[in-house]
Amino acid sequence: MHKNASRAATALAALFIGVTSTSAWAADKPVIDTGDTAWLLVATALVLMMNIPGLSLFYAGMVRKKNVLATAVQAFAVAALVTVLWLVVGYSLAFTDGGAVNGIIGGLSRVFGTGLHGSVHPLAKTVPENVFLMYQATFAIITPAIIAGAFAERMKFSAMMWFMGLWVLLVYVPVAHWIWGGGFLGDAGVLDFAGGLVVHLNAGIAGLVCALVIGRREGYGHEYMAPHNLVLTLIGTSLLWVGWFGFNAGSALSSGELAGAAMLNTHVAAAVAALAWMAIEWAARGKPSVLGVLSGAVAGLGTITPAAGYVEPWAAMLIGLAAGGVCYWSSVVLKNRLGYDDSLDVFGVHGISGILGPLMVGVFATRAINDVDHGQPVGLVDGHAAQILIQLYGVVAVAAFSSVVTWALLRILDATIGLRVTREEETEGLDTVLHGERVQ
Amino acid sequence: MKLVSAIIKPFKLDEVRDALTGVGVSGLTVSEVKGFGRQKGQTEIYRGAEYLVSFLPKVKIEIVVDDTQVERAVEAIQKAAHTGKIGDGKIFVTAVEQAVRIRTGEQGSNAL
Repeated sequence: MHKNASRAATALAALFIGVTSTSAWAADKPVIDTGDTAWLLVATALVLMMNIPGLSLFYAGMVRKKNVLATAVQAFAVAALVTVLWLVVGYSLAFTDGGAVNGIIGGLSRVFGTGLHGSVHPLAKTVPENVFLMYQATFAIITPAIIAGAFAERMKFSAMMWFMGLWVLLVYVPVAHWIWGGGFLGDAGVLDFAGGLVVHLNAGIAGLVCALVIGRREGYGHEYMAPHNLVLTLIGTSLLWVGWFGFNAGSALSSGELAGAAMLNTHVAAAVAALAWMAIEWAARGKPSVLGVLSGAVAGLGTITPAAGYVEPWAAMLIGLAAGGVCYWSSVVLKNRLGYDDSLDVFGVHGISGILGPLMVGVFATRAINDVDHGQPVGLVDGHAAQILIQLYGVVAVAAFSSVVTWALLRILDATIGLRVTREEETEGLDTVLHGERVQ
Repeated sequence: MKLVSAIIKPFKLDEVRDALTGVGVSGLTVSEVKGFGRQKGQTEIYRGAEYLVSFLPKVKIEIVVDDTQVERAVEAIQKAAHTGKIGDGKIFVTAVEQAVRIRTGEQGSNAL
C-alpha cells in the first residue's frame, strides 16, 4: 500500500514535470497546425495558378492576334522576376518589424530568406514562416501582373520588366507593409482581408496612370481592336475564379470557419456580379456578351476580396450586385466617355472594385463573422459607422501613393530607355518585333 | 472550258456541293473569304467598344467545267445557294485557256 502510494506520487510528479516542460517548450517553439499549413500550401498553389496561366490567358484572349504571345508572357515573366525580388528583400521589407520606421517600412531580418528555420510569422502563428513567405509571394506576383492589361499591345518588354521590378519594390512592398505588415494604415484600423487595397486598388490606380502616361494604341477608336479569342479569356477567367478561393479563403491564414466564410462569400459575390453585368448589358445593349459575363465575375471577385472574411453571405450578395453594376459603368460608360485607352480595363475593373470593396467593408463588416476588435462593433451593420471613414482613409492613401510613384517611375523609364515601341513596330505586332515568334 | 467562281453564304456550301455533284461536276475548290456587297456589316461590342464589321465571311467555290456543262452548273449553284435575302452572293463565269492534270499530263477537257 505504502509502496503503491509512493509509486503513484512519483508518477504524478513525473507527469507534472512532463507537463511543465512541455509548456515551456511550447513557449519557445511555435506549435504548427498541419491543417492550417496544408491549406496554406494549397492556397499558395491556387494563387500562383491565378497568375499563370489564369491572368495570362485572361489577357491574351483580349488582345489582337499579333500581340498574343507578348501579352501572355508578361504575367509569366513577372512571376519569375518578382519571385526573386521577393526572396531577396521584398518579403522582409513588407512583413518584418522595421523598428523606428515600422509605420512606413519593415526591416531586413529576412533578406534572402534568412532566419526562417523554426519560425512563424505573427499573422500566421500555426504555419511555418517559409509557407507564409511563399503565400505572400504569390500576391506580390499577381499585383504588378494585373497592371500589364492597361498598357497591353504597345509597351516595350524591357521597359515592362524594369517597371514591374521597381514597382513591386517601391509601391507594392510599402503598401503591403502599411496594411498587413504592421504599418500605419493597419494601425489606423483600415481593414483589408485579402487585398482590395493592397492588390486591386494599388494595381488599378497604377494601371490608370500607365494608360494616361503611355497613351492610346495606334488606331484606337477607329481601327478594329476586338479580342482575338475570347475562349482563352473564358479559360483564364475560370482559372481566376477557382484560384480566388486560395486568394481570399487562404487569407484567413488558417483552415476553419473563417476560411469557409471567405470562400462562400467569394463564390457568391462572383456569381451575383456575373449575373448583374449580364443583365445590365442585356437590357442596355440587347445581347449578353461573353466578355461581359466574364468581366462581371472578375469585378465581383475583386470587390469581395477586402470583405471576404468580414461579412455575412447576404452582404456578399449585395457587394456582388454593386460590383457588377458599378464596374459595368466604369468599364463601358466612363472609359469610353473619357477616352483613355486602359486596354484591358485594369482601372475599370480592378481599380473601381478596389475602391468599392474596401468601402463596403466599412458598411458590412461584422464581429459575427470576424471579431477583429475583441467584441467591439466592426462596420456600420454593427453600429460603427466611422469604419467607413477609416476605410476611405485607406483608399485615399493607397491611391495617392500608388499614382504618384507609378507616374514618377514611368517618367524616369521613358526618359532613359523609352516605354513604347515605335509606330511601325506597333503596327507589325509585338510578337515578332519583341520576341521573334508568332502564333500561326 | 469555263471557270465558274461563286461567292456564297458559308452555310450553303454542302447544298451547293451536292447540287454540283448531281449535275456531274467531279471536283471543286473552296476558300474562306471576306467581303462586302449590298449586305450591311454587323456590329460587335466589347465592353462598350463598338466595331462595325463591314467585311462578312463568305465561301468562294471554284470549278472548271466543259462548255456544255456550264449552264447546268451555274443553275445548280444558283438554286442551291439561294435564300432570297441580300448577301446570297454572286456567280462569275470566265473562259479558261488550258487545263493540265498533273499526275498524267492530260490536257484540255480530258484533264477535268
